[in-house]
Amino acid sequence: MPEIKALTGDQAVAEAMKQINPDVVPAYPITPQTEIAMTFAKFVADGDVDTEMIRVESEHSAMSACVGASAAGARAMTATSSAGLALMWEIVGVASGLRLPIVMNVVNRALSAPINIHCDHSDSMGCRDLSWIQIYSEDAQEAYEHTILAVRLAENKKVLLPVMVMQDGFITSHSLENVEVLEDSKIKKFIGEYKPHKPLLDIKNPVTYGPLPLQNAYFEMKRQQIDAMENAHKIFLDIGEELSKITKRKYYYFEEYKTKDAKAVIVVLNSTAGTTKAVIDRMRQEGKKVGLLKIRLFRPFPYKEVANALKDIKFAAVLDRSDSFGANAPLYSEIKNSLYDLTKRPKLQNCIFGLGGRDISEDDIEKLFSDLLKGNVSDKVKFIGLNE
Amino acid sequence: MKDILEIRIHGRGGQGAKTASQFIVEAALDQGKYIKAFPEYGPERRGAPVAAFARISDKPIHTYAPITNPDIVLVIDNTLIGFVDVTKGLTNKGILIVNTCEESSKMKEKTKFKGNVYTVDATNISIKLLGKNLPNISMLGALVKIANNISLESLKNKIKEKFLKKIGEEKTEKTIESLIKGYDEVR
Amino acid sequence: MKKSWKEMDIGGLTEAASSLKFKTGSWKSFKPITDLKKCINCMICVVNCPEDCIPSKDGKRKDTDLDFCKGCGICAKICPVKCIKMEEEQ
Repeated sequence: MPEIKALTGDQAVAEAMKQINPDVVPAYPITPQTEIAMTFAKFVADGDVDTEMIRVESEHSAMSACVGASAAGARAMTATSSAGLALMWEIVGVASGLRLPIVMNVVNRALSAPINIHCDHSDSMGCRDLSWIQIYSEDAQEAYEHTILAVRLAENKKVLLPVMVMQDGFITSHSLENVEVLEDSKIKKFIGEYKPHKPLLDIKNPVTYGPLPLQNAYFEMKRQQIDAMENAHKIFLDIGEELSKITKRKYYYFEEYKTKDAKAVIVVLNSTAGTTKAVIDRMRQEGKKVGLLKIRLFRPFPYKEVANALKDIKFAAVLDRSDSFGANAPLYSEIKNSLYDLTKRPKLQNCIFGLGGRDISEDDIEKLFSDLLKGNVSDKVKFIGLNE
Repeated sequence: MKDILEIRIHGRGGQGAKTASQFIVEAALDQGKYIKAFPEYGPERRGAPVAAFARISDKPIHTYAPITNPDIVLVIDNTLIGFVDVTKGLTNKGILIVNTCEESSKMKEKTKFKGNVYTVDATNISIKLLGKNLPNISMLGALVKIANNISLESLKNKIKEKFLKKIGEEKTEKTIESLIKGYDEVR
Repeated sequence: MKKSWKEMDIGGLTEAASSLKFKTGSWKSFKPITDLKKCINCMICVVNCPEDCIPSKDGKRKDTDLDFCKGCGICAKICPVKCIKMEEEQ
């Protein structure tokens, strides 16, 4: 029987890792990810898993060890946040370039400077072009389930790309909430045995990892990564459907919450989707036609499906918890791209909010919806919660 | 009636405000309720003013917005009154529970709060029973009685589950006693 | 030969020890000639050869593998009995 436990987002991810039982977990502590590595280390010490946990001296080493372990043929996982991901950056690209199915939980936290431990998405958005699959999670339950789904997606023969699973630092990572932990046996069966693609330790069939392809072959390797991302787009749904049979929850590219007849829609990632739902429930009782499009899969980005979901909406606000300084913010940019081919499309309002953990209240969201319903949409970015 | 019961707990770092918020929601979860508990993260130091929050509901809780209008505020350390705005966001329908040996009328005067004020001498209870100033558990006893939707029994079980291995049977029994005393003596 | 991205293995994976097929010996303009009769088998050239192309067996230094020797001349420079001479390639 599945068990309802009180877990934080971090603990929920550690619980997923326990059930996945990876071969190797190299990790380095960083707020607010630390509780993942800490909780998992306890599982290792208690003998609940037979993972080789490597206490590395930095995140650069954590990802390097993941790359080594994964190339050797091990199922490797790690977790990080903010500066940790930034320090890892070089090897993050190596992992995807070598097509190693590593799964990493990123607990979103603002990048320095100025130093800040709280949530925004500048860390994971900073490596959205590094050929990692990116899945964003609203709550602890999703972070738990996405982590399980990620392993299957990464290891799929037609994909073989690393996957990042995001959740909001502190807001979900340190919030204690109801988490339905699924049966170990079912997850074990779902995950299955890892059959690596040409591992280094298969000494009867030796291969070279990381050769030097210059003008002659680098381009072709990148073309393969594009192809793998296209495959991931389809396979994400297949694996999601399989997981649905166990969890009874859906894993589409995005969640549409009361959008069917909506006039105004908010598009957002992670925990703010939850707060938006609460506001929608209240406003719907007052007869206001508002809805939410919560993006789950950010890489590969589901352009066509998003266009289809938004085509009949009159007004939409896209909320970004990071900026692309000097260009359209990451989520807004993708949503706007999605709508290009439509002849009839919603008017868009871009909003930037929550940088460095600045709170976003239900009132903020309600006010935004009210503005949208009035058709109050501007091509200027709105900064929610900023001290003007 | 709000769907979600929202609680804010004021204390000082090390007094167990966060632990109290977790115990109360975990006990509620055991009763089949939906819960969320989260502390206010900042530069935590022992002795610095801290706050912890809890949401309890019969329906799923989606919101991650900060709690700005709590239904109940628990003040574990009454020396905070005056320099921390403990009644912030409390409406007159709200409830304030303070750890103090003084009468609730005195607390009303001090906080200028117009709603219901309850007091319990949690510090005294914990010093008598546990030999230490660990008032958070007695405060939870008081909270359970006033909130009236979480059972004392599930909180007792939670304490047993959390403490038995750590501090042994005798101390666990004393801790549960301090919970019950808080429940009985709040006024 | 140009290979399509569809035919290549992923991640740049290639067969192991493929460098054996890449004969760097053609790069040299000077080649080492070793007088094995004068050689004292001290192995200093063996461990210092950057191309790892001086073989040895049973404590005996063997002839340099000219298929891979790039003609850097380190062996000639460090040989304590000066039994290696660098000669211009014809």
